[in-house]
Formats: sequence, structure tokens, C-alpha cells
Amino acid sequence: MSRLREAALLAVLLGVADQSVGWVERSDTHHFRVAQLMGFANAQPILRASDVAEIAKPTAPDDDTRRSTPKLGLGRPALPEEIAAWDTDVRPDGKGLPVGKGTVKQGEDIFQAQCAACHGEFGEGVGRWPPLAGGAGTLTADRPDKTVGSFWPDLSTVFDYIQRAMPFGNARSLSNDEVYALTAYILSMNDIIKDENFELNERNFTSIRMPNATAFYDDDREIAEKAFWGSEPCMKDCRAAPKVVGRAVSVDVTPDGKSGPKVD
Amino acid sequence: MRDPSSTGAPSRRRFLGAAAIAGAGAALSAVPAAAGGSAKPDPLITDVQDWARTPGDGVDKRPYGTPSKFEKNIIRRDVPWLTASAQSSVNFTPLHALDGIITPSGLCFERHHAGIAEIDPADHRLMINGLVDRPLVFTMDDIRRMPRVNKIHFLECAANSGMEWRGAQLNGCQFTHGMIHNVMYTGVPLKLLLDEAGLKPSAKWLMLEGADAAGMNRSLPIAKALDDVLIAFAMNGEALRPEQGYPLRAVIPGWEGNLWVKWLRRIEAGDQPWATREETSKYTDLLADGRSRKHTFVMDAKSVVTSPSPQAPLKHRGRNVLTGIAWSGRGAVSRVDVSLDGGRNWQTARLDGPVLDKSMARFYVDFDWQGEEMMIQSRAVDSTGYVQPTKDALRKVRGVNSIYHNNGIQTWLVHPNGEAENVEIA
Repeated sequence: MSRLREAALLAVLLGVADQSVGWVERSDTHHFRVAQLMGFANAQPILRASDVAEIAKPTAPDDDTRRSTPKLGLGRPALPEEIAAWDTDVRPDGKGLPVGKGTVKQGEDIFQAQCAACHGEFGEGVGRWPPLAGGAGTLTADRPDKTVGSFWPDLSTVFDYIQRAMPFGNARSLSNDEVYALTAYILSMNDIIKDENFELNERNFTSIRMPNATAFYDDDREIAEKAFWGSEPCMKDCRAAPKVVGRAVSVDVTPDGKSGPKVD
Repeated sequence: MRDPSSTGAPSRRRFLGAAAIAGAGAALSAVPAAAGGSAKPDPLITDVQDWARTPGDGVDKRPYGTPSKFEKNIIRRDVPWLTASAQSSVNFTPLHALDGIITPSGLCFERHHAGIAEIDPADHRLMINGLVDRPLVFTMDDIRRMPRVNKIHFLECAANSGMEWRGAQLNGCQFTHGMIHNVMYTGVPLKLLLDEAGLKPSAKWLMLEGADAAGMNRSLPIAKALDDVLIAFAMNGEALRPEQGYPLRAVIPGWEGNLWVKWLRRIEAGDQPWATREETSKYTDLLADGRSRKHTFVMDAKSVVTSPSPQAPLKHRGRNVLTGIAWSGRGAVSRVDVSLDGGRNWQTARLDGPVLDKSMARFYVDFDWQGEEMMIQSRAVDSTGYVQPTKDALRKVRGVNSIYHNNGIQTWLVHPNGEAENVEIA
């Protein structure tokens, strides 16, 4: 570790004590204890790997029977600011939702400015970009229209995905309030929320029910498709003479492979 | 995934175009050219060729070797109408031209959700947080100081063959089956990293997250994570390719490719799945009753004949080699059967090369062909006794709208002139 890196790490460590209150809300007491220790570690001018391992050791016994001690002594404690910077994921039960708020109306303005170019003014999807709205009742149709409203089981997915990946080409540029507002607007486009003044926030977020929420179930192939197992495959006179009923060349959508793609 | 907006009439041009890649369509030779007493000597033998007269490139001319210029058409190809943007898209491994079980690194299909993240390994960090005793940050140097292992596994996109649910659509195994590759990974068992952080007993799921602009995230059950998951930094003996997640990716043997998070930057332990976009709106299997299976992680046993196939037509009567690949996410391939008559009669193919757990296996049938029409199929059986189903058997239990996990038996119709095409049979 270079002197410069040590100085940088020390600076971060010094910041820990100031920020630990906000952090402990998301963490358990053990993490807080580690943070305290790390904060105190700023008395040490140089933090060696051995020190880090020592700091990272569990400091208070609890009922965790699987608790292990580090065997390799590699890696260093993740700092609360670092965890806060990356741990932005949101779960269906609301875990991870940041404090924030946004209305349908606010969301519409953001959507038309930053999202409609791909997703369409009404969330219908432009070209092959994904539609976000519509499609209710089409899941058993010949051509299902799978949108946030017709298909997505959890609202948290909308928030989590927007805040990490959207807008495409400028990811992680939206504030928490803007993500709440966009989420509210997408609900509105799907008639899940009817009031354009509705405000979505971290307190009412988990009260929203998605129309298709109950239509998902865990993989049951080993039961539902049990017939695919264990039978001795037929080797002789297994079926009547087959006839061709469809040809890919009739569909004519295979890329022409005579030359490679254009390469700059 | 959508069907093309318009379907044209049968296209002879297109069909011949595909065949022309491999230089077929010309007259089939039944006997060796020099067999007769009046045959002319081959000037390639009797004349001194340029490459036999003058030296070629010296050793430093090609510091990182690439395939021969005569192989320039053996490349990954995409299907432009499938996706809206090349940054959120897929291309396909040229299976028809490959052999053995290892996919060359530069031909492994790509699937990105926000393009290729270009990350200096010195700038890469892996964080483990959540329900652990010690949230930790690792550098690439840290990871390279851990005990490592080597494993050969296939990676198949759950959407491989997804365009074929409603019938034959793409004319070439590169496009129907090319969202798969099989390489040797070098990496650290995830269990070692989790032990270092100390999983809490309440931890039942992990969330894996990429450093790319899609922040790709997926939930992984803890039992799988502790079983055989690797955090890999090398493939086929060298650093991961950028498009395969350089400098660090997850390897989830036998499970759908979307879980193998590339540019892996964070692993969070939690007590329930996250229901991310990629495990709810995508990578769930919509069935005929309108309900959807979720967490369909395992890739079922599957196989395909890679040659002959539409891009690899037969060029000679007499002796020929039929070859293909088989794999199963539930174990090892135990057997592959091949039919030349559309599934009426079958023969067991010869497996050659390593037959490994959750890896591609290579099969062959050496056969004589006298120009008769054939409907070629292959059927894999795995070590759990799973028998690869027909497409119709799959449709019967799933309908045609599930997009993912299409492992039905493929049919290639081989014409008397040696050309092959993708057909649906009944």
C-alpha cells in the first residue's frame, strides 16, 4: 500500500465517525461496532493488513452458530460510505428504499423529457424498445404484451431498475425523488394509479399492488415435466413418417452470412 | 423477443446464400478426383506454390495470434431485428464451424445489457455486504492471492432457441443454438470469499451485481453459491475477454447465462430474493395459462447437430462425418442418439473428448451418404435420466410464449444436393 493510498484510506476512516449514524440504520449492531473500531483506528498513522484483519474480527458474541473467522486474511473492511454508494438495491418488501417522494405529474415531465424517445409518449415503446404500459389481459393471448402493468409482479423492480440502469446511456443520473416520480408515472400510465397528484414515497410504496403479482410460482419442472425423466428412449420405428410443416427459409429472417458485419 | 414484422415467400436466394458460406451448392463428388487412370495431375502438387518458395511472416508479425485469413467468415454474428440497440443485444457463436468441446474465446457469443464495460483491473473492486459478519472489499490482487481452481462449463443463455418456439425461423445452428459457449474458467470458489466475510445464518440468497452501465443484478440461492459457483478471472488460460466480463465474472455451472454476472463488483447477502428486472420481467417463463414460472435457473439437457446444418452443408457423397454438441445443466451427458429419418429410428452417437459435469460434450456419427434426403435430429440423455424432449412435447406442457428454456429436438432437412435447412416436422 502506497503512502498516498494510506493517506486516502485514513481520510475516509476519519469520516466514518461523522457518518456512522446514518449508516447504522441500514446495518446491524455488529457492523456499527466494526465502524466504531475503524473510526478509532485513525489513531494509527498506518493501517496494515494485519490491523484490518484484527478490526474485521467479530467483536461481540451472538447466537450466530455459523460465524466464521477469516481464513485467508485478504480483503479489507468495506466502509459505510462505500456500502452506501453501491448498496442501492430495492426489494419487494421495501428494504433498500431511500427516503424520497415524487408525484405522477412530476414523473410525466421527467418521462417525456428523458424516457419517451425510446419508450414512447404513452409508454407504448418505440420500435423494438420495451413498452412499459398496456397489455392488460393479454398474457394468455396469442401474442402477449408483457409490460410493467400487465406482467411485472413487483413495484420495487421498477424502482430498482430505473435507479441502476436508466435512462439508457445516462445511468445513475436520476435523484431518488425523480425515480419515485417516474415510478408513480409508470403506475399511472398503467391505470394502477388514477390521480395525477398522487405522491409515491418510501412510506406508501409497499402498499401498491401490481395486477400480475400472484401469477408467478417457483420452478416446478421436476414435477410438472416429470415425464421427461427416466423413460428408455425409443430406438426403432418410433413414429410415423414425418412431414415438413414449416421451413425457416419461408420466414426469411436469417441474416445473410456471406460477409462479416461491417467493422471500422 | 418478437417475430419479424413481415414474413415473405420462401426465399431461394436466402437459402442458397446460407449454403454458399461453406462453398457448397456445387456438384457433389462421388469419387476421388484422381481415381481414374486418365486424371490430370493436380497443379497444387506438381507446381511449386508461393508459400513453398518464399518465407512468410516472422515471429513478431503476429504477437497475438488470430485465425487464418481463410477463416474470416467464422465469426460471431447477430440478428439485427432482434433488438433495439447493439449495446443491449446478443450475437451468436458459430457452432457450425467448431469442433471439440472448447469454444475459442473470441467466438464466445456476447450478451450485453449496456455494452462492454472497459475496466482497468487496478480500478476494479469486489464488495461483499449485507448479512455477513464482515463487509469486505477485495481488489483483483486480493482475488489472485486466493486458492484457485479450473473448471470447464457451458454457459447457455436461457433464451437460446427462443426464436423457435412457434416453428422454424432461423436457418443455421449459429442462430438457433449459438447462445452457448464452453470454456475453461480459472477462479476462486465463491464459498471462500463468503467464508472470509462470514455469512450469517439468516442469509438465504445472494444478489450479484455488475459494474456495467446496466448494473446487472440477479438473485442466487445460497445453496448454489456454496456448492459450485466460481468467481472467475480467466477463461481458456488467459484473462477474461472484455465482452465476457473482464476482469471478473460469476460462473454458475449449469444455470442460465444471465446469472453469470459479468464485471462483477458486488455480492450482497440477504434473507429473500430481490425480484430484480432480470428475474421477473425477463427470464421468467410465461406458460399457456397466463401464469409464469420464476427461478427456472437450471438449463435442461439439450443437443444439436452442428454439421451438417444449414451453414455446413454436405459436399461429398460417400464417407461423411456428422457431429454435434450436447450438454445438461443437471449433470453430465450420458448419451446422445442421432436420427437420420426425422425421429423414426435412432442410433447412439460416439462421444469423443472429455465428457464432464455441466459441460458440452462432442458427439459423432461417421456415416455413408448416397444423396438421399435426410431429416437429421439429435437427442441427449443426461446423468439424471432426463431425455431431451421433442419440440412438440415441450409445447404441450409450456405453450409457445415462454421464450426461455427451449431445449426441444432440432430437425435439419438435408436435400439430395447436400444443402440443409431448418424445418419443423409433424
